[in-house]
Amino acid sequence: MAQTPPTETDAQAERRAKIARQFIGMIPHARELAMQVTDVGPGMAEITMPFDPRLLGDPDTGVIHGGAVSALMDTCCGAAVIAHPDSALGTATIDLRIDYMRAATPGQAIRAVATCYHMTRSVAFVRATAYDADPDRPVACATGAFTVERPKDPA
Amino acid sequence: MSRRPEPVQVVKQRRDAALEALIDGVPYIKFLGIRFDRRGDELTGVLPYADMLIGNPALPAIHGGVTAAFLEVTSIISLSWFTQWDALEAGEGVEDAPRRLPKTIDFTVDYLRSGLPRDAYARARITRSGRRYASVHAEGWQDNSARPFAQATGHFLMPQRD
Repeated sequence: MAQTPPTETDAQAERRAKIARQFIGMIPHARELAMQVTDVGPGMAEITMPFDPRLLGDPDTGVIHGGAVSALMDTCCGAAVIAHPDSALGTATIDLRIDYMRAATPGQAIRAVATCYHMTRSVAFVRATAYDADPDRPVACATGAFTVERPKDPA
Repeated sequence: MSRRPEPVQVVKQRRDAALEALIDGVPYIKFLGIRFDRRGDELTGVLPYADMLIGNPALPAIHGGVTAAFLEVTSIISLSWFTQWDALEAGEGVEDAPRRLPKTIDFTVDYLRSGLPRDAYARARITRSGRRYASVHAEGWQDNSARPFAQATGHFLMPQRD
């Protein structure tokens, strides 16, 4: 569960959404894969990656390569850390595990939803799930630990 | 009757063609720009630097997802390569067989230091190779092979021969 503050003003929510979008917009590799932030919440991010034939792992089956799903999962987990109310200035992946549950249906966009479910002073714990057009059958799951970069002077 | 050793060009041509057959036709490998250097049966994945591989423009550092993908591609190709090596050397025409790569079950990446904006290399070691499942350990490095920037372990489902 994300540690959501009981009250959050619209302004705070808007600011967080803006920061998460800027975070993704600045990443060259995320831009190359045309990733779009489609939803942001406190410690939560949803990123969609359109289908792209350059990302195929096997042209005979039309299935997207696992590596492209990894890139999406990693980006989405990072965005969830940035979107956490206990906000981090920046983040980097410490470790990431991905379970590939099934092949994504050819031609469909992939949508990842990540939740930063616990955050300490220096580490963020994140879970993510990826879907194609079928919201009932996930394509992949991820678990990871991320660094939390904070301002130098903790006052 | 004793067999004379094959001419070196014949051996190299056969091995290079088999390796090419594994990689050729995987669009994502081309997209990232990954190629493989071969010395005998030893394979090294090479990821030449490109601006679009960056994940953190402030540092700058290679995207964690790219690092994961590079190690995964190196693992899959190495696993296929080593499992078909004996058949290849026995003179069975593996490059004519339909290309069926192992499927990733799970893949875990440890990020040891940030990926610098320069070429990266990776090697995979098959720690267990069974008929259905295989375990692979991979390591990626840049300037200094003794200081890897990432390592990974993965489990794979092997393609079944029919």
